[in-house]
Amino acid sequence: MATVYVNDKAVDIGDERLNCIQAAERAGVTIPHYCWHAALSVVASCRMCLVEVGERKVDEKGQVAIAMQPKVVPGCQTPVKDGMVIRTADAKAKDAQERTLESILLNHPLDCPVCDKAGECLLQDFSFQFGKAESRMVDEKNTPPNKPDLGPNVGLFTDRCIMCSRCVRFTREVSGTAELHVVNRGSHSEIDVFEGHPLANKLATNVVDLCPVGALSSKDFLYSQRVWNLKTVNSVCSGCSTGCSILVDSNKDIVYRLRPRFNPRAQGHFMCDEGRLGYHHVNDSARLGQYLVRGEQGTKAVEWAQAAGLCREKLAAEASKDPGRVWFVFSPSMTVEEAWLLANFAQKLSPFVKLVMGPVGVVGEDDTYPKDRKGRPAQPVKFTIRAEKAANLRGVRGILNHFQKDRATYQQFLAAAKSGQVDACLIAAGQSPQVYKPSVEEGDALSAVRFVAVQQLFSSPLTDRAHLVIPASAFSEIEGTLVNHAGLAQATKAACAPSRGLRTDGQFFLELLERKGLVHAANLRKEIAKAVPAFKPLEVGDLGEYGVFCEKLKEQS
Amino acid sequence: MSQAKPQKVKWVKPPKLGLLEQMYFPTVISGMATTLKHMVGTLTGTGDKNIQVQSYPEERPTLPPHYRGVHRLNRDPEGRVKCVACYMCSTACPAHCIDIVAAPSPWPDREKYPETFVIDELRCIYCGMCEQACPVDAIELTTIFDLTGMSREEMMFDKEKLLSVFDKTVAAGTDPVRTQPGRLGVASLPAGAGLTGSSSAQS
Repeated sequence: MATVYVNDKAVDIGDERLNCIQAAERAGVTIPHYCWHAALSVVASCRMCLVEVGERKVDEKGQVAIAMQPKVVPGCQTPVKDGMVIRTADAKAKDAQERTLESILLNHPLDCPVCDKAGECLLQDFSFQFGKAESRMVDEKNTPPNKPDLGPNVGLFTDRCIMCSRCVRFTREVSGTAELHVVNRGSHSEIDVFEGHPLANKLATNVVDLCPVGALSSKDFLYSQRVWNLKTVNSVCSGCSTGCSILVDSNKDIVYRLRPRFNPRAQGHFMCDEGRLGYHHVNDSARLGQYLVRGEQGTKAVEWAQAAGLCREKLAAEASKDPGRVWFVFSPSMTVEEAWLLANFAQKLSPFVKLVMGPVGVVGEDDTYPKDRKGRPAQPVKFTIRAEKAANLRGVRGILNHFQKDRATYQQFLAAAKSGQVDACLIAAGQSPQVYKPSVEEGDALSAVRFVAVQQLFSSPLTDRAHLVIPASAFSEIEGTLVNHAGLAQATKAACAPSRGLRTDGQFFLELLERKGLVHAANLRKEIAKAVPAFKPLEVGDLGEYGVFCEKLKEQS
Repeated sequence: MSQAKPQKVKWVKPPKLGLLEQMYFPTVISGMATTLKHMVGTLTGTGDKNIQVQSYPEERPTLPPHYRGVHRLNRDPEGRVKCVACYMCSTACPAHCIDIVAAPSPWPDREKYPETFVIDELRCIYCGMCEQACPVDAIELTTIFDLTGMSREEMMFDKEKLLSVFDKTVAAGTDPVRTQPGRLGVASLPAGAGLTGSSSAQS
């Protein structure tokens, strides 16, 4: 057991291999740093993490002697060992921090009012905590021209850059595409791309999160909001079955950006651009905004409770005639809780109604990073964009398997509908248009069905055929559990409220079941864990930051 | 709030009224006398010289230049809006009456500018915090105090209207004075002084 003393506080680090920054973090001490990042190699180039280190020795008589090294050392590059002493707040270390910051700020334009990073900028934070108020610089600052088109999603404000080279190392080590590099020398160093090779890899926008200052900026988020106005909630990306942990930043029920959230059990530190920019449909004004009933007299908008009542009655009426001809189509994007509630409703009608897994979008093959210079995947894999574009296939499958082992496929359902073997169906919880778009043939297949209820985000060939159109909730509006490719169950929280007059999918299913109350994911998880053995790990209710593994779900098919 | 202890409460008895006071007439008459005295003084011009009467709205007062009235959005020397859309004013505003939509600026020497800038003058409490928060002295409160309108929509002052208040006050020579100390940010420097060579990040 190794013990490290950070500012005279003993901290036990076990047998882990840590550097000074990580060890200090365990002791609750922040060592300021720019260039060091847990997912990238160490370069010790920013000099911000300079600390005093020394050794603590106890002789035979039990007397403690501390021998400090004469010079400050970069904390990121210095591994800790048993008996090591780290001092971050003494005169020498403080002096080093102040001088480093003064030097970093020499050429920084201090245009915080127009900089998007202001409010979450490490340069602001550390200047405030560790810096000096005054700069002694009397000469004119370097003002290199901006590079607004570093890549399709990323621009560079060259003058704000502090040359930490995190972005360069990211493209070399994680994406492997190595577009970025440093040109020129000394105080004229600049980040740039090679001629004709823009920063266009699928992980490119991660450099914006990595940038500790406002130099690299996301074109999507540029000038759209000040960060202190945003409300941040923990969520899970619904782009593919990797299920990246994300943060959803919204203001007044409008989502402005998604950011990756560190989760060692899911994806690590990063997320892909497809997922990051895959939120725009949430704010789309073309989304369905009314519960519509389509009859012989035309289309009529109804209140949500009326719509749920109608849906319940119609399905119950058809199920009482012949339950084998009533079908429920589940979406692989819906949460475990929603699937549970809907499956319960189906079972309540009759155990003989048919449950079907909806269409699962598959695009190409799994895309792994890093790549080598020729674009071939390299080992070890650090990030995977999965071909299976379904956020919760394993979770929904786990619920369906609990109720019905032998299930028809979605194609079989369409064939049955075409040949007139379906009397009523509910197609639940639409997927985002990036993930799956229903085709005209799917809509046409439903023309012979007596009652079609369709829950979708946007109008589609399916909703055109529906007798009841139910507006679905987007990923940012729901609370629940999503199970990724490895069986990791993660909690997603609601960032926004559904539009006026609408209810979330889960709430609608509760109304179908005629159950009172609101959707409370933690309680529903306990209920599911009790009833379905495969979901046993969900009994904790609160899944925490990183989620819990449901190993059995991974194996099911 | 805790109740005071009974022994700490000091009871004061109202004074007893005499016969004359119970009739009220003497006090009424002495009050009327004061009114009459001022009336005569005003009519004959022999009264208190400190009392000034202005025939508003024909005559209008000259208010001190630090008065906090209707806002204006300043223009830079080239006549463009000076605001850099940093949202400091709307962040500082205790009444949440400022709404800004930022966009990349159309000018090569500036990065960000307000596409729209709306102040709800009815919601505003005229505290002047926006003025203090502004890093480029783009928003100021003027001496215009008699703000009226026929509808709520009319009182939502947009960018053009706020700039027109600037033009109006400059023409009238009633520029407000800067009331707080402190240096201006780099973004307020004249074109080319601080951000030479930089261009907007989106064309």
